[in-house]
Amino acid sequence: METYTLIVLLLAATIRVATPLLLAAIAGLFSERAGVIDLGLEGKMLGAAFAAAAVSATTGSVWFGLGAGIATAVFLALLIGFACITHKGNQVVAGMAVTIMVVGLGPTLGLAWFGLGGQTPQLDGAGQRFTGIAWPGAAAAKEMPFPGLLYSELLSGQNLIVYFAAALVPLSAWIFYRTRFGLRLRAVGENPHAVDTAGISVNGLRYQAVIISGVLCGVAGTYLSTAASSGFVRDMTAGKGYLALAALIFGKWKPVPTLGACLLFAFTDALATRLQGVALPVVGVIPVQFILALPYVLTVLLLAGFVGKAVAPRAIGVPYSKEK
Amino acid sequence: MSAPGKLPRWAELGLLPVINLVVALLISGVVIKLLGESPVAAFKLMAAGSVGTQEGIGYTLYYATNFIFTGLAVAVASHAGLFNIGAEGQAYIGGLGTGLVCLWLGAWPFWAVLPLAVLAGAGFGAAWAFIPAYLQAKRGSHIVITTIMFNFIAASLMTYLLVNVLIKPGQQSPESREFAVNAWMPSATDVLARVGVTFAATPLNLAFGFALGAAVLVWLFVWRTRWGYALRVAGENPAAAVYAGIAPPRVIIGAMLLSGALAGGLGLNELMGSQHRILMDFPSGAGFVGIAVALMGRNHPAGIIVAAVLFGALYQGGSQLSFDMPKINRDMVVVIQGLVILLCGAMENVFKAPLAALFAKFGAKPGVG
Repeated sequence: METYTLIVLLLAATIRVATPLLLAAIAGLFSERAGVIDLGLEGKMLGAAFAAAAVSATTGSVWFGLGAGIATAVFLALLIGFACITHKGNQVVAGMAVTIMVVGLGPTLGLAWFGLGGQTPQLDGAGQRFTGIAWPGAAAAKEMPFPGLLYSELLSGQNLIVYFAAALVPLSAWIFYRTRFGLRLRAVGENPHAVDTAGISVNGLRYQAVIISGVLCGVAGTYLSTAASSGFVRDMTAGKGYLALAALIFGKWKPVPTLGACLLFAFTDALATRLQGVALPVVGVIPVQFILALPYVLTVLLLAGFVGKAVAPRAIGVPYSKEK
Repeated sequence: MSAPGKLPRWAELGLLPVINLVVALLISGVVIKLLGESPVAAFKLMAAGSVGTQEGIGYTLYYATNFIFTGLAVAVASHAGLFNIGAEGQAYIGGLGTGLVCLWLGAWPFWAVLPLAVLAGAGFGAAWAFIPAYLQAKRGSHIVITTIMFNFIAASLMTYLLVNVLIKPGQQSPESREFAVNAWMPSATDVLARVGVTFAATPLNLAFGFALGAAVLVWLFVWRTRWGYALRVAGENPAAAVYAGIAPPRVIIGAMLLSGALAGGLGLNELMGSQHRILMDFPSGAGFVGIAVALMGRNHPAGIIVAAVLFGALYQGGSQLSFDMPKINRDMVVVIQGLVILLCGAMENVFKAPLAALFAKFGAKPGVG
């Protein structure tokens, strides 16, 4: 019984960590399958986290916060699009630049507006945060044996964004593989010339892809500052954008395996927290840092072809010009 | 990269970066205005704080030392067609090498510690760059992604080492013990005092000279040696390089080793010269500033020195600004840094095309001016 409770709590923690990761990874998926490297995930998320917390704090409504988060991330995505799609700039540099800019801009605006050393005010009013939704009978199920806790702690009690993220995986798989838009999106990342020849705008499709990426990053950032915590703090993404990028590569640029990678990475994170200072049989205390570094090591191994093979979309990173 | 038009060389190397910087500063000015402060007053304060006093100059050059090392690191990789985002991690691990030498051999005389510290810094930095380089060269793993991953792995590794191994016993904060005085890089104040010049006490130290020396060596290497030539050919046109008998994998690995070694120089300034101990996150973003510096300096050592001093002045001026204008903190400098990277690196074509059209209109022929 003790182990069972422990496992359920570990899985609940996994879901909490996996949600923003998954949203950002799917965001990157749309952008990268269309041929635009998405190194701006971190920046777009961070920008959205700040905007959502700031607006939710001032208006008192988390829904306005969500709107502001999405708007901010989409604006940043369009900035990257303007540099890389319209002006054929370097996609890696553009993503980095936007991220660095936002890292500075959040605390700068935060300090000027709220005077709290770069943070936003604590979100403690009613309706300022996304909170857990209890399903019917959850309280009763908590007391019951075996599946009870699973129902009350995992299925029930999550916030709206978690359910949205879960629904996003089948939805994006359907878009990618069952719709005309998805087919075109994949085609533009593999062979933009063919798409162009068919009379479809390559740049138009890529803009749609980066906008979708912006929207999803907006939701991910909003989750960080208004659901996972109650307000924006400096650097609160803490590399989650890059971890999402790793998950997307580890998932071989496909929705369902990307979900698997996000859950795996989130699980290692939850495990690291649990195992802090705990001596295990045989191996003893495993340093937390090694567990936290595991996703990055795994991704490098995958990229090196030591554990499976990840093949990137063929036209990724290459600006499209008709004449070539 | 497809260039919409050709510019005269001086405009490409001198005018374009200046235009980019001016636009970046203009946008930052708008942000400062939005924050309710006067942009003109802010920039005046920054200039006064960074180059207006001896102390300011000392700090500016001290920051610039870090940025020269990381800027050169990014530039060397860039000449070989590689985007090294990992200078941050390479500087972190390189500094570990320098720091270990200083911790262990601190009883030795300075002239014996110094070369070993330089070698260890360069060696550790190069070693950290080697794995991504090898994986790019031999297994085709995208170096941008692997170097990002290696930044995080380096951070985890260093946290582990500082918390569990190197920490000074009986201390809470994860830092090593202080180096013995023999292993301290002489400060600029002491060096200048020997030749009879008095200079304010600042963290500026002899590592600045090493950074300048590294810039000269990089220039000699890239433009004056056969190896450097191979590097540039492989970067410009890998297919042509193969026909010329140059093996791109060897160039990739060589360039990244050199890049990592240069990033490893940061420890000489930051640890040996200023902090005198190994501590958490001592590169504090210098690896990323290096990207801005290399882009703005057009990957040329002379340009990199100018850009590094400029960013040093921004960092020093920025901290001065946060004292005098309570509504603005040093993060404003990070915004400017991001804008410079965006404008110089990703949006260069935005300004290049109109500028090229302007030059064409007024009859300045490409390559002549």
